[in-house]
Amino acid sequence: MTDERLEIFIGNLLRVGVLVSAVVVAAGGALYLAQHGRELVNYQAFRSELPELRNLPGIFMSAFHLRSDGIIQLGLVLLIATPVARVALAVVGFYLEGDRLYVVVSLIVLAILAYSLMHAA
Amino acid sequence: MTALLFTIIVCATGMLAGFLGALTGLGGGVVLVPALALLFHVDIKYAIGASLVCVIATSSGAAAAYVKEGYSNIRIGMLLEIATTLGAILGAFLATRVSTHAIAIVFGLVLLHAAYQSLFGKKQDAAALVESDALAAKLRLAADYPVGEQRQAYGVRNVPAGFSLMFGAGTLSGLLGIGSGAVKVIAMDRAMRIPFKVSTTTSNFMIGVTAAASAGVYLGRGYIDPRLSMPVVLGVLGGAFLGSKVLVKAPVRALRVTFGVIILLLAIEMIFNGAVGKV
Repeated sequence: MTDERLEIFIGNLLRVGVLVSAVVVAAGGALYLAQHGRELVNYQAFRSELPELRNLPGIFMSAFHLRSDGIIQLGLVLLIATPVARVALAVVGFYLEGDRLYVVVSLIVLAILAYSLMHAA
Repeated sequence: MTALLFTIIVCATGMLAGFLGALTGLGGGVVLVPALALLFHVDIKYAIGASLVCVIATSSGAAAAYVKEGYSNIRIGMLLEIATTLGAILGAFLATRVSTHAIAIVFGLVLLHAAYQSLFGKKQDAAALVESDALAAKLRLAADYPVGEQRQAYGVRNVPAGFSLMFGAGTLSGLLGIGSGAVKVIAMDRAMRIPFKVSTTTSNFMIGVTAAASAGVYLGRGYIDPRLSMPVVLGVLGGAFLGSKVLVKAPVRALRVTFGVIILLLAIEMIFNGAVGKV
C-alpha cells in the first residue's frame, strides 16, 4: 500500500465518521427543537451536566431511550472517536507498508490516547 | 431567548468559526470561545466544552479534503502527535492546579509575538527547497506537495525544537480546551521550516487527535453540553467545508495576513480576559 492510498483511505474514514456523527447530532437536535424549541435558554450559570450524560454507559442508555440530549451526546462521542480511529488505522496502514518505525510511532500515540480516555472514564 | 433562536444564531457563529479555523489551521475554537462568552454570555466552562467539540469537528471535517489535495504530511503529524497528546494530558492535569488567568496572559503574549512575525516579519521564500537535516532524514519526514500543476519537494529541519513546541501546544490545548493550532503552525512553519500550506493542513490534521486526548476529561467533568454543542458542531462542519475549498485557491501571502490578524485579535482577547479574570 502506498503512502498516498493510505492517506486517501484515512481521509475517507474521517469523512464518513464526521458524516455519521453529524447525522446523529442533527437527528437529536431536531428532536430537541421539536420538543423544547420554544423554551427559554440560559447558559450564564454553570451547572455541571447531568451525571448520565458524563459517561459512556449513561449516554448510550439515554440515546437508547430516545432522549434528545442523549442522542446528541452520542453523536458528540462518535465525533471524539474519529481521531482515535484515524490513529488506529494509521497503525494498520504503516504495518501494511512495512514501515516499522511509524508503526511504533502510531502505537505510542494510540497508547497515550487510550490512557487519557480511560483515565477520564 | 428561545432555544430555537439561540440554536440558529449559535449555528451561524459556528459556521464562521469553522470557516476561519479551516482557513488558517487555528481550529476554530479560538474564535468560538470569545464569541460564545462575549456575545451570548455563555458561561466560559460551557464555551470551552463546546469549543473542544468544535475543534475536533473542524479538524476531522477539513482533514478529509486536505488529505485528498496532498498537503498534509502524515509522518510529521503522527510523530509530533506523541508530543501534543502527552502535552494535552499534562495540560488537563495542570488545569486543576494552575491559575488559568496567568496561563491566558502568557499565551496571549506568545501569540502577540507570533502575530507580529506573521504580519511584519521577514518573509521566508515559500518556494525555497530545503534539504533535511540528519535527524529529519533518519525519520524520513521529507515529502512533496502540489504547487500549481507540479509537485514541490521540501525538506524538514529542527525536529527537537518542533517537538518541544508541540508539547507546549498540547499542554495549552488540554489546559484551555482549544486546538492550539497557532502554536502548531509556528512549530512547523518557523522551527521546522515546513512550507506554510503543509504546516496549516498538517496542524489541522493533528488538532483532532490532540483534542481527543483531553475530550474525555472534559466530558467526564460535564463541560460538554449537548444542547449548546449541537448547533456549534453542525455550523462548524459547514464552515470548515467552505474553508477547505478556499484554502486550495488562496495565495500564501493572503493566508499569512489573515493568520496574523486573527492571532493578533486572539492575543488581545486572551490578555484582556486573563487580566480581568474572565478566562
